[in-house]
Amino acid sequence: MITTTQRIIKSGFLNFWRNGFISLASVLTMVITLCVIAGLIFMSALLSITLNEIEKKVDINVYFIPQADEADILNLKQALEGLPEVADIVYLDREQVLDNFKEEHKEDQIELQALQEIGDNPFGAVFNIRAQETSQYEGIAQFLKSDSALSKGGIDIIDTVNYFENKVVIDRLTKIINTAKSLGFAITLLFVALSVVITFNTIRLAIFISKEEISVMRLVGASNMYVRGPFVVTGIMYGFIAGVCTLVLLYPITLWLGPKSADFFVGVNVFTYYVRNFGQIFFIVMFSGIVLGAISSYLAVRRYLKV
Amino acid sequence: MLYFDRVSKIYSDDSHALQDVTFTIEPQEFVSIVGHSGAGKTTLLKMILAEDTPTEGAVFFESNSIQDFDRTEINSFRRRIGTVFQDFRLLPHKTAYENIAFAMEAAGRSDVDIEADVPHVLNLVDLGDKMWNFPHELSGGEKQRVAIARAIVNQPDIVIADEPTGNLDPINTYEIVQILKKVNDLGTTVILTTHNKGVIDSLKKRVITMDRGRLIRDDHEGTYVL
Repeated sequence: MITTTQRIIKSGFLNFWRNGFISLASVLTMVITLCVIAGLIFMSALLSITLNEIEKKVDINVYFIPQADEADILNLKQALEGLPEVADIVYLDREQVLDNFKEEHKEDQIELQALQEIGDNPFGAVFNIRAQETSQYEGIAQFLKSDSALSKGGIDIIDTVNYFENKVVIDRLTKIINTAKSLGFAITLLFVALSVVITFNTIRLAIFISKEEISVMRLVGASNMYVRGPFVVTGIMYGFIAGVCTLVLLYPITLWLGPKSADFFVGVNVFTYYVRNFGQIFFIVMFSGIVLGAISSYLAVRRYLKV
Repeated sequence: MLYFDRVSKIYSDDSHALQDVTFTIEPQEFVSIVGHSGAGKTTLLKMILAEDTPTEGAVFFESNSIQDFDRTEINSFRRRIGTVFQDFRLLPHKTAYENIAFAMEAAGRSDVDIEADVPHVLNLVDLGDKMWNFPHELSGGEKQRVAIARAIVNQPDIVIADEPTGNLDPINTYEIVQILKKVNDLGTTVILTTHNKGVIDSLKKRVITMDRGRLIRDDHEGTYVL
């Protein structure tokens, strides 16, 4: 068994080197396929990171009345933090809101004078709430409308929740994000399927050229494994070498595209992504290449084994 | 050794490649099969090699019906047969040595056997000095000698030579026939198909004559009568 395996591997290597042009053509086709697969990994990551960034920018603000008791506000904060939909709450008390206002309007003397004339702090505290997903804001807003948001005296301590003002925009954004995710997934599947078919056909063509050779092997009594083995080894070599070429090619390509992608996709640099996730990308590209080469060769030889 | 029992082969277009063919080939015989193109010679050889199955009748090898062999049995059976074709059918990306070694590897022979037997058999066919040449570096006669070396290296029970001299000049034809005779003298059954009258007449061996799928003559020291 060991001798047979050694002979099959040796024969696969010899096939690869001695069929130079066919090997080159198969490797180049596979490089294109693997580049498409790698490109889709980058696109998927860019889309995902960009959508996450956009999602992070969506939040709702809860404005309390100036008379609201801080203890009631903190109780409400605690209740909100208990909700699974809530990712993060930033609490600004009345003084911080006033300071922020002054900082924002330090150039605007009229606003500052008006504030001085009022004398007292006219601002209420504010919650800035971020949900896990954009679709969950409605639930949080509904929660705020419930009894938990009322003070002990029966007076509503919440002045405004800006979700209801931004509802249309948030809903539209949620739809866009979900559509982009589904579309991205469908396009990924389509491109991967097309690339796999092209690679499969190239390898099938390479093996078609050897069909006479396969029939001779059968006529000298070679077993299926002994005929198929070297072709599968050659297919694995196509995949391995194409994988290495793809990973090498991706370095200058992502280096060149990096600043462009950072400008276009809210600061996501594909080169940084490639370097940081090299292990994962290496595994996907090499695994795809080797498996694609092996399976394509295995299936392509099968039809000529009936002699 | 080989027994064709009322073998017929009818293709889907209703054409008869073989019709009710019956004959026996004994061990160590040298049998030539002659006939015009389409007479059924190649179909007959395909039946022996288990490449095709009869529509009616059966082909027996040592009392076992060939068409009943499973895939493993077919592989083992083929290792007991050496085949030589008109178009040589050498593996183009393997050297003369590797082509012969491949047949031995397929038969599960050890590396030690291969290293000893391949040079020996190449010397037998006078190609010891061309061991590392690829098929495209050899002449037609040399290719056919490599094919014969591959056919005999596993010491088969039968050597089937399908028009082995069809692509060769008279000198190479003579040499190939001499090698086949030597193989037969060493105890191997040889089945030869050819159109070459000179070869058949010079052999003075058994001749089976086929015509439109039927066996029309079986002469024990026959000549080419078509």
